[in-house]
Amino acid sequence: MKVLKQSKNKQDKMITNEEHKNLLQTARTIRHAIIDTTMKAGGAHIGGGMSALDIMVTLYFKYLNIDPANPDNPDRDRFVLSKGHSAIGYIPVLAERGFFDKKLLDTFNKFKSPFGMHPDSLKIAGCDASTGSLGHGLPMSVGMAMGAKIQNKKFYTYCIVGDGELNEGSNWEAAMTAAHHKVDNLLLFVDRNMHMIDGPVEEVMSIEPLTDKWRAFGWEVLEIDGHDLNEIAKAIDTAHATKGKPVVVIAKTVKGKGVDFMEDQTKWHYGAIDSEMGEQAHTSIDKMYSELGI
Amino acid sequence: MSKEVTGTTWNVYDANKLTQSEIYGQVLCELGEKYPEIVGLTADLAKSTKIGLFQEMFPERFINVGIAEQNLFGIAAGMAKTGLLPVVSTMAAFASMRAAEQVRTDICYQNLNVKIIATHGGVSFASAGTTHHATEDVAIMRSFANMTVIVPADGIETANAVKAAITYPGPVYIRIGRGFEPTFYKDANYGFEIGKAVEVREGTDITIIGMGITVLQAAEAAGFLAENDDLSVRVLNLHTIKPIDKEAILKAVTETRRIVTVEEHNVIGGLGTAVADVIAESGKGCAFTKVGLQDEFAEIGYPEDLYSHYKLDADGIIEKVREIMGKDFEEDDNWDDEV
Repeated sequence: MKVLKQSKNKQDKMITNEEHKNLLQTARTIRHAIIDTTMKAGGAHIGGGMSALDIMVTLYFKYLNIDPANPDNPDRDRFVLSKGHSAIGYIPVLAERGFFDKKLLDTFNKFKSPFGMHPDSLKIAGCDASTGSLGHGLPMSVGMAMGAKIQNKKFYTYCIVGDGELNEGSNWEAAMTAAHHKVDNLLLFVDRNMHMIDGPVEEVMSIEPLTDKWRAFGWEVLEIDGHDLNEIAKAIDTAHATKGKPVVVIAKTVKGKGVDFMEDQTKWHYGAIDSEMGEQAHTSIDKMYSELGI
Repeated sequence: MSKEVTGTTWNVYDANKLTQSEIYGQVLCELGEKYPEIVGLTADLAKSTKIGLFQEMFPERFINVGIAEQNLFGIAAGMAKTGLLPVVSTMAAFASMRAAEQVRTDICYQNLNVKIIATHGGVSFASAGTTHHATEDVAIMRSFANMTVIVPADGIETANAVKAAITYPGPVYIRIGRGFEPTFYKDANYGFEIGKAVEVREGTDITIIGMGITVLQAAEAAGFLAENDDLSVRVLNLHTIKPIDKEAILKAVTETRRIVTVEEHNVIGGLGTAVADVIAESGKGCAFTKVGLQDEFAEIGYPEDLYSHYKLDADGIIEKVREIMGKDFEEDDNWDDEV
């Protein structure tokens, strides 16, 4: 099993050791919550939820200018989970951040729950966009970022797309627009976990050379380990300092990260967990974090 | 009624005068002064849709996304999420079909304050052919929850509709023509209200319900039938297809017992279907027929030829009214002789 990588160069660190430790602890708590919620929900897109989690934790617990007591503040930073099926990772993040009672997670997928497989922005406090149909989040994020510029507002917009999602042409329409209009108050993460429903992305419909594609579209491209919190933080800081063009971070991630029997497995795009698997998953998560000293 | 329409035939409006879309462009500029939150968006159709007038006045509040309609509506949704009021213009075919999912999922599902002004509705882009016709858009748009659907009768009503839509909550779809359609109203003060049909002519024998360009033709037909057939024909301008004015329709059912709907649209899912839903749910039967494209893609031709061919002009409407008047409609047990 792969473990979270520690940055070698101390100067790369954009977060303090204490912050790093706290973020790891938060991610650990949420990974456990994801397992419990998936068990109660009867199944979830757990693989992609786990692969995008460390980016979301870094954003929500370090960077986003948000206030759970005032979730609709017009000046708040925006976050769009374009790969909406990763709601199983996203919604526990919002719960942990304090937007609503964690007990509500028990209703996931159930009748009249605010939470289903894909997030509904009108039902979930702190959720900035209803997503789920792939290829919609980036255009909406570009609209949010341009909306900020038109109104001279300082908020920043963050978006996560899946790698398989990049097969959708609408992403590239938005990519053109963002570069043309120099939308530099937007940061896009590609959750490059290498798998889509039918198999490995490069086998089903390849997207490589991905870095070249984004560069050709006029974007600044960064490549990071999407589970290394220091690298994530550094990428965000770099994006904030980049002017005149949008920034995309290709975050190399592991589908099912933290759960040994799910990692890098196409079949764990979506799945249900029984109590035995649940126990194994919790043990695996604890093992990963204890190796990191958490 | 406009002088440009003579007798019962269709004539193209003098293109040198203000067209429906030009009026829309001007009204949007006026509204832009009043409402700083309005932003204009299009997909390489600033000139064709006349939203370019807004672009000239407010370049910093105008975005042309290029030929990318899915992106157009996604960006509009994102902008609405930041408190702006996007007014989006493209051709009806692309707004309703190329970007249908963005309109439905990004805008309607999130109940966003986005106003869509869809030009080249129906077969108004006649010779352009089916790729550029929109004879399904009303059906598509009215099936989206939260969406309001308006088809103005002419430029004056377009101005009224755009003004009303700006302060009307949630997504609104306004479908207009190519811009060369004749005018019906002489001035704007006839009591336009979203969701309220306008009775443009009183009548007791039969009701013609129109939307868009067919309102003028229906009124022309009604005048002709009064003079030549001694018929008292009611004409309703059902400019808002959703929410629909049930009261006006049911009043027509009980007071005239015959209804003809006329739409520049497929007869499946559009105006006729919407009216039929109201009639069927009321439990009160009446003679009823739908004029429009009979589940077919339109021919190529000049607009007036297509309107004539699909019985959307006054001549065609007169023919349909006479057909339905010639059939029995009686309240006995014999169903064989009913319409």
